[in-house]
Amino acid sequence: MHDVTLIVNGVPRHARVPARRLLSDFLRHDLGLTGTHVGCEHGVCGACTVLLDGRPVRACLTFAASVAGHEVTTVEGLADGDRLSPVQRAFAECHGLQCGFCTPGFLTTVTAFLRENPAPADDEAIEAVAGNLCRCTGYQNIVKSVHRAAELMAEEGP
Amino acid sequence: MKPPSFVYHAPATVAEAVEALTAAGADGKVLAGGQSLIPLMNMRLAAPGQLVDINHVAGLGEITAEAGGVRVGALARHAEVEASETAFAAQPLVRRALRLVAHPAVRNRGTTVGSIVHADPAAEMPAVLALLGGSVRVRGAGGERDIPAAEFFTGPMESSLRTGELAVSAFFPSAEGGTAIVEVARRHGDYAMAGVAALVAPGHARVACLSVGAVPVVVDVTEAEGDWTRAAELVQERIEPEADIHATADYRRHLTGVLAARALKEAADA
Repeated sequence: MHDVTLIVNGVPRHARVPARRLLSDFLRHDLGLTGTHVGCEHGVCGACTVLLDGRPVRACLTFAASVAGHEVTTVEGLADGDRLSPVQRAFAECHGLQCGFCTPGFLTTVTAFLRENPAPADDEAIEAVAGNLCRCTGYQNIVKSVHRAAELMAEEGP
Repeated sequence: MKPPSFVYHAPATVAEAVEALTAAGADGKVLAGGQSLIPLMNMRLAAPGQLVDINHVAGLGEITAEAGGVRVGALARHAEVEASETAFAAQPLVRRALRLVAHPAVRNRGTTVGSIVHADPAAEMPAVLALLGGSVRVRGAGGERDIPAAEFFTGPMESSLRTGELAVSAFFPSAEGGTAIVEVARRHGDYAMAGVAALVAPGHARVACLSVGAVPVVVDVTEAEGDWTRAAELVQERIEPEADIHATADYRRHLTGVLAARALKEAADA
């Protein structure tokens, strides 16, 4: 067993876990943060995407013990209190989700993407979400949400 | 599924990592980015008894310009190598190829050296290393050695790395002339059904093909003398593609010919 402490959404969180504990399960089972969803568990679907030191990674392809001490942002950490983040509001506004299973992965992925590219072209927005699967929306409204989020962020400033 | 249990080592130095690997013997496996190893473990296709996690080893993440090329450390993530101006200045093909490797979330964690050591014949970076005639530097209990790309890849997911050895870096040589890489995948970021990296220099041209053999297949097409249609035929004669769920062998041969001509032209114009 290994003592693992991570800074999750700005708060140090600790659990004693076996080395094989995936970061996705560490968040869900050990910390009770069930916002991060587990779909395929082999890195294809992107539902479990979280931000590790600000960059999107697959939580299902990361051992918690391996990233001890690092900062993790999950979907629970995107909103500012009760106020949803611009990316979250854009997804709600543009109907960028239906069942919502894949949404946590899209929100984290898009949040990091827009930080690097605040005004993406259409093909860039499409490529940005290419690593996340959604079986409901057909992606059109997700791509719209990416552009809308970019607008909201530009209006509201940093 | 969940990965099987294993004994976990988190060495802080290369020497400690080599020691742990040597002690583990055939039971040991290196964990770097884990973007190939962990899926295999989650699907229970791999069950190493001991993992030597090199993520805490200092100094393995460096990307340094050296005479005649760029050296990429074992912990340099794909995304870091892709963004590196040092790597781009020494060998622009590295950045272009990395943009075809999976998705950003995978490139943020996966390492370029790890991808090479994984030695998947469908992957881009082994083909790039083979095309350029690069090398892999490995450290074992007996010291360090450089393995040329031509001797490194020995079969699908097999390399000439010995038990107890750790790959510490890969060297991508600069090249005179132009380079290019093109591929066809069903979806952006998927493994390609076929792909070709090309190098065209004055008086010399060659390609490295992925997904059409047990290892990256390098074909010298200098004798085509700039006739890229003829070069594509030479490539098609040399490859031995296999059929799988994604493409038939004939389709792979066709694609590889088309892509070879395209990559060579692009490299010649570069």
